[in-house]
Amino acid sequence: MPGFILRRALLVLPSLFGLLVVCFLLIRLIPADPAVALAGDNATPAQIEAIRRSYGLDQPLPVQFGRYLMDVARLDFGTSQFSGRAVAEDLAQRLPATLELTVAALLLGVGLGIPLGVLAAVHHNRWPDFLLRVVSVAGIAVAAFWLAIMLQMLFAMRLGWLPLRGQISAGVTPPAGPTGFLTLDCLLAGRLDLLADALRHLVLPAVTLSLGGLATITRFTRAGVLDTLQKDFVTYERAVGYPRGRLIWLYVLRNSVVATVTQIGLLFGGLMAGAVVVESIYDWPGIGSYTVQAILTADSKVMLAVTLLIGLIYAVVNILTDLVHALIDPRLRETR
Amino acid sequence: MPVPTLAVEDLRVAIRGDEGVARILDHIAFRLEPGRILGVVGESGCGKSTLIRAILGILPQGAAIGSGRILFEGEDLLAFSQAELNRSVRGSRISFIPQDPYLALNPVFTVGAQMLEVMRRHRPGAPREHRAHLVRLLRRVQLPDAEAALDRYPHQFSGGQRQRLLIAAALACAPRLIVADEPTTALDVTTQQQILLLLRELVEEMGLAMLFVTHDLGVVAELCDEVCVIYAGQSVETGPARALLDAPLHPYARALLACHPDRAEGFLGIPGAVPSPLRAPPGCRFAPRCAQAREACASRAPHPRRAAPGRMVDCILHDPAAVPA
Amino acid sequence: MLVLRKFLRDIPAVAGALIVLLVLLLAILGPWIAPYPEDAAASHLLRRLRPPSAAFPFGTDNLGRDILSRVILGARGALTVSLTVVAAAMAIGVPLGLVAGYARGVVPELIMRVTDVFLALPQLILALALAQLLGPSVESAMLALTLTYWPFFTRIVHAETQRLRGALFVDALQGIGASTPRILFLHILPNALSPIIVRATIGLGFTILVAAVLGFLGMGATPPDPDWGLAVAQSRGYLPNAWWFATFPGLAILVAVLGFNLLGDGLRDLVDPRLRRSR
Repeated sequence: MPGFILRRALLVLPSLFGLLVVCFLLIRLIPADPAVALAGDNATPAQIEAIRRSYGLDQPLPVQFGRYLMDVARLDFGTSQFSGRAVAEDLAQRLPATLELTVAALLLGVGLGIPLGVLAAVHHNRWPDFLLRVVSVAGIAVAAFWLAIMLQMLFAMRLGWLPLRGQISAGVTPPAGPTGFLTLDCLLAGRLDLLADALRHLVLPAVTLSLGGLATITRFTRAGVLDTLQKDFVTYERAVGYPRGRLIWLYVLRNSVVATVTQIGLLFGGLMAGAVVVESIYDWPGIGSYTVQAILTADSKVMLAVTLLIGLIYAVVNILTDLVHALIDPRLRETR
Repeated sequence: MPVPTLAVEDLRVAIRGDEGVARILDHIAFRLEPGRILGVVGESGCGKSTLIRAILGILPQGAAIGSGRILFEGEDLLAFSQAELNRSVRGSRISFIPQDPYLALNPVFTVGAQMLEVMRRHRPGAPREHRAHLVRLLRRVQLPDAEAALDRYPHQFSGGQRQRLLIAAALACAPRLIVADEPTTALDVTTQQQILLLLRELVEEMGLAMLFVTHDLGVVAELCDEVCVIYAGQSVETGPARALLDAPLHPYARALLACHPDRAEGFLGIPGAVPSPLRAPPGCRFAPRCAQAREACASRAPHPRRAAPGRMVDCILHDPAAVPA
Repeated sequence: MLVLRKFLRDIPAVAGALIVLLVLLLAILGPWIAPYPEDAAASHLLRRLRPPSAAFPFGTDNLGRDILSRVILGARGALTVSLTVVAAAMAIGVPLGLVAGYARGVVPELIMRVTDVFLALPQLILALALAQLLGPSVESAMLALTLTYWPFFTRIVHAETQRLRGALFVDALQGIGASTPRILFLHILPNALSPIIVRATIGLGFTILVAAVLGFLGMGATPPDPDWGLAVAQSRGYLPNAWWFATFPGLAILVAVLGFNLLGDGLRDLVDPRLRRSR
């Protein structure tokens, strides 16, 4: 297994390098003059010139890229223009909140999406299937920012059941560390009251963020189960009297989730991107809201760092996905 | 007369699909006595798999039984609910050997888990005893390394070994009837011979009855006591294997045997094609291709007649009541 | 005909087709259908934030404009963006996919590598960043979305071309000396058309959605354009009292995207025979 992980990790490196090149080129080349774009609308020529020099933009592109690579290798992403702190430091501080949110959304999506997908497949082309198909397509079609506002309006503003925004109530001092994950830290510190508060804050953002993934997981589980139901071994299992419940939920499902697991891997990238919108609406102190601020202030250093970070997370999740595949399907354990 | 293990009477099955209603089975009838092997022979597409599915109660969605009974030891299986079939018929009193051993085992579970899934429902005793029983059976079907086999996955066995596993699984709960769906077609010739020999031995040893579905007349000659020939969903002729193969009475059975490479003088095909069950002609379905067809064949309803001791033929040529031409 | 009958029996797909038709009609005829077409730009401060009524079925917004009219008028912008983006993405992605699937050597390898990298990019963030760097406007939003969407077409066309390259009819065409562009565009492309159409249909919905996000974050349409995403953003200061202000433009996005996705799914089921049969 360790060899397997190492090999997969090495395969990821060229893609990450490609990601660096593309990001770098896009951000440096698209605007006619990045220095002008960076300086803003009211900059004087002298200011633009100063920015050009301070960013090394007067150097040839390969030199700029080489310098950039060196910086990345040292995890030095520069200083954020709007926070005035090191980008790496900002990201490290905010990453746990985003991971907490995305993992919660993913758990919701998997926990509901897989059973719903199975139900749709079992009732193929009958009304539960039609209903779930429409609902799951709607889950992909709904704009997360709008859903977030609707949920806020209903559950926070009108009913007052859940907090409107933030990760924890104002005026409360959360335990500092040791993991940086708020819910986990509250639990470790034995502060169940704070844990409940944090969880209440987590509900709306996680639900909003999960919906797209939930819909995707439902769809792929449905397709996977439909596919498996055509297999000869299912006919055999029915012919020798496997009880229907165990047949579907154990024997068929385990064969069907391989494609779903792949999707979960792919989804994680989408969740990170979705977090950008969801976090900024719910004032969630994670990477997403940070990114929006960076974009609004055209902070290209932060944008590059975030893109790279998401690419990296994406790669790691894909390696994990392959591992889970191998756990589900014994045939994959040997061929690699 | 003893109660037959399996008696299918005037079975008709239609399946509603995208393109209309297909009358897949149109009057199937045969009897299988205890301790005997009945070969059901027909070309691909003649309704063999639908027949098996009807017996096992796993017809696809949209299938409807038009008429008939499937009597298993005197009880009509068509009257059983799915739960009743699972409780007292499938996997216990009737077991099943599938066609393709490469595809019939669930790839992500160990062989033992799959075999025990059925056993623990039908046999008393602890899991450990079940395992011991399975190992004995695996030895009996000559599977090498029977002890370790239960903890391995299907892909770790060869095709012949998997078919032995499936045979052992079929025997696990001491069935009265084994339904075998061309269990040797996916295997190479040598393995095929070994498996057939094993099945013959097991049936005699355990006093079971076996319904053996195949398109291969050679296998029928080697293995079966009785034969039922099916054409386009109709059972056209039934009788003892030896007698039927030596002197087939129905024109289709004759043509089919004439095509068999062992006896054909040169290559003989049957002119025309099997009619689609969507647009099956009324009356005898073989009539459009039959050299001896009469005008009456096109409208004649299925009507099997005793042609000789133990032999039933469904053809106007052997029907004394029909108007001679 | 059998295909059409099959499609008509797929209720969700038919619903999708009807919605798409409706959106198209609104986009074309919007100014003639909308009850207050002048509300695309006008403002009426005397009737601000009126709740839904017979005169204003969806209520009015913070500038007293009829929300129903602005929802109807917004269809044209949304559809223009998505049609332009998908057409441009196809114009880039399809030829690249054909070349990558048909040619041999370094070029196809390079194309697919670049495609993979683009697919791994976080689309929304990239689009946002580009839109910001180019200066927030509908045009830069369209450019940004095109740059993030073409790889999907390359992927599909590449797979189809590779599959068809080995097909007998292509061998035969090569045998009788047909030129490569002729084989690619007249023979392979038509065969790859159905997955392209499915992807384009879903892409139209997806683009409407991402364009709405850009509008919402102030990176797309600019006031006073009747843009659905922008309207939701403008409503945020007036919640929860003016619930209609946020609700109806968002619903418009939902329904439009839903229509394209349902239609795309139905077309996919029609094209992909693997999911047709059922037990």
